[in-house]
Amino acid sequence: MNQPIANKGETTTAETPDRIPTGGEMLIRCLEREGVTHVFGLSGGAAMPIFDALYDSKIKLILTRHEQGATHMADGWSRATGGVGVALVTSGPGATNTVTGLLTALMDSVPMIVLCGQTISPMLGKDAFQEADVTGITYPVVKHSYLVRNTNDIPRVMREAFHIATTGRPGPVLIDLPKDVTSGPCTASMVDEINLPGYELPSRASADKLKEAAAILSRSRRPVLYVGHGSVISGAGEAIMRLAEKLRAPIVNTLLGKGATPEDGPLHLGMLGMHGTAYANKAVADCDCIMAIGARWDDRITGKLSEFCMGAAKIHIDIDPAEFNKIVRPDVSLSGDARAIVEDLIPLIEPAETKDWLAQIAQWRKQYPLKYSKKGGLKAQHVLDRLDKLTKREAIITTDVGQHQMWAAQFCLTTKNRHWLSSGGAGTMGFGFPSAMGAQFAFPDKQVWTVVGDGGFQMTLCELATASLHKLPVKILIINNHYLGMIRQWQELFYDNRLSGADLDGNPDFVKLGAAYGVKGWNIKRAADIDRVLKAAIAYNDGPCIVNAEVVKEDNVFPMIPAGAALKDMLIERPKRKLAKPTGST
Amino acid sequence: MTTSALALSPSTIDYPLHTISILVRNQPGVLVRVCLVFARRGYNLESLVVSPGVQDKNFSRITTTCRGELATLEQIIKQLAKLVDVVQAIDHTGQQVVETEIALIKIRCEGELRAEVLQIVEHYKAKVVDYKSESLVVQIAGVTAKLDNFVELVKPLGVTEMVRSGKLLIARGSDET
Repeated sequence: MNQPIANKGETTTAETPDRIPTGGEMLIRCLEREGVTHVFGLSGGAAMPIFDALYDSKIKLILTRHEQGATHMADGWSRATGGVGVALVTSGPGATNTVTGLLTALMDSVPMIVLCGQTISPMLGKDAFQEADVTGITYPVVKHSYLVRNTNDIPRVMREAFHIATTGRPGPVLIDLPKDVTSGPCTASMVDEINLPGYELPSRASADKLKEAAAILSRSRRPVLYVGHGSVISGAGEAIMRLAEKLRAPIVNTLLGKGATPEDGPLHLGMLGMHGTAYANKAVADCDCIMAIGARWDDRITGKLSEFCMGAAKIHIDIDPAEFNKIVRPDVSLSGDARAIVEDLIPLIEPAETKDWLAQIAQWRKQYPLKYSKKGGLKAQHVLDRLDKLTKREAIITTDVGQHQMWAAQFCLTTKNRHWLSSGGAGTMGFGFPSAMGAQFAFPDKQVWTVVGDGGFQMTLCELATASLHKLPVKILIINNHYLGMIRQWQELFYDNRLSGADLDGNPDFVKLGAAYGVKGWNIKRAADIDRVLKAAIAYNDGPCIVNAEVVKEDNVFPMIPAGAALKDMLIERPKRKLAKPTGST
Repeated sequence: MTTSALALSPSTIDYPLHTISILVRNQPGVLVRVCLVFARRGYNLESLVVSPGVQDKNFSRITTTCRGELATLEQIIKQLAKLVDVVQAIDHTGQQVVETEIALIKIRCEGELRAEVLQIVEHYKAKVVDYKSESLVVQIAGVTAKLDNFVELVKPLGVTEMVRSGKLLIARGSDET
């Protein structure tokens, strides 16, 4: 038989009004109804009815080269837009490859939908080809999940999944879809109503508690506002700025809180925590009141918990009441949306005088600036400092995980909400590049940079093919020190420089590698190259490009609070004495 | 359910026992989700009973007794409540509740020993539910301590098998369980 190959969009079967849609077709209609425009995925046998239905849809399928890439692209889409990224994969190994992406999204409260093909229902539990107990494997890394057993459940499950992913504390939802369920007829109609008796959204903080918090803030003479990802998610930045102005209080943010409020503002001290600025950490260590706004007192922030903000009053704003008393027992806890709570607090506050406090902080800022030496080879900090200036803080920057991430957090100030995308809680290497692609698909006209290390980039660099194919103008800056730099730093500082599993000998020539994918590339080998290459990369818009910065191999990120140490034990620079092994988790 | 979630490890045996009642939607996997909340935080479930809802068959009640660090329990209750399929989770420790447990115990006994067993059975208001020439099956209900005492008494007399329901509990008066 010589059947002509149908072109996408030419078939009309799906538009025939009388025909009962398949489960897969219904699924795609549900996605369209939720406003989904892009799906990131990799096909496979068990997902064929879904991919077949996509054929007739306006939804753009981005075929990735690995499922992990698909999840991080969906994640990057969500973080950049505030919407919901969708990943679509097949059963068995396709689905297990999403586990890292699910954990990454869960730890950072990112809404995401992961659709998985599954073997046909009668074969479930019988070790069918490419069968895996995917709901079982993923229970601990999802906000919620479904194994759909009935085609007519699809509209309800899809509505619930989007509702759960996006409301309250957002998170990933996985939907496992047996192939007979997606190929069978769906006679159920679209669902609007949601009936989830076990799913309660937090009510607004009570007036009493707001008054209590306002009273503490009002009498505080050394207040600090500690801003986390919850502030980004709720869009609380503008309200926080007003609160900070009224209180005359400094703002510090977490790695994920970057951009909630402009980091270059006069009241802003940048990032706090393990590799935060010295003045941010000194302010936190010395404050008399700290208010967490959508932040969860992570171990990267508190250091040694028993010595964290000992004398300070603590106020905790979080949409998830389970965060109260988990790490820190606050004096007042306010559950609900960060923006709404901060807005409610502002009129209740009669600020105390904080002039002395701000003067003290200004002195710390002068005394302990972030610094690096431009001598002795090409420095990552120098490259990132120039990136900060040359992008005029307009670009979306995503990062991978490690030294480059901390340097980027320190030197690339974020002034706009949802312009800094980084894997915080999970610390997922391989996140940077695909998450930048997700952001770039969402905002084709925006400048999107990903700052990666030579280690993490190699975990998901197969997506160069995807980026190249779509001429996606993502700019990849590789901070290449031929090491797993943060590992090397720890081994140098705490393990007598016994380098074990830190050396990345065998790295490819990244510019040549890019060329193999049709990707433009430049090397930066000396400081004199920096501006020329970065400017060329910024001007280049004909697809992805790689900037490979061959930085000095053995540099360390400072300031540093060794894991488990108190904030006051922060290391401003490389100490001469030998350091004890850190007691904190990692 | 993992065995680690049910096994009583020596590290937690010194902690006080808590009784938690969890109202859940009858969705596949809900029991696993609930157990994972405990297991991840080092809590051991000592007993676990699932019973269907009275008015609405779409809901079930899980009653579980567990041991572990007290500071962790608040977090566990909150994390349980966060699960989409959990309607509510309540720690009943120290509350006014009616609680009971039931056990079936098989005792291999003849002659004088049998007479002794029957005496204990009568004293404890237990019931013989299977009467064979060489063995008895006794059914006993009551609070956990009563069952423990009964078992201690009859154990040396030839207990070969035992099945216990785990603690059942309901709040007194009009309080909600």
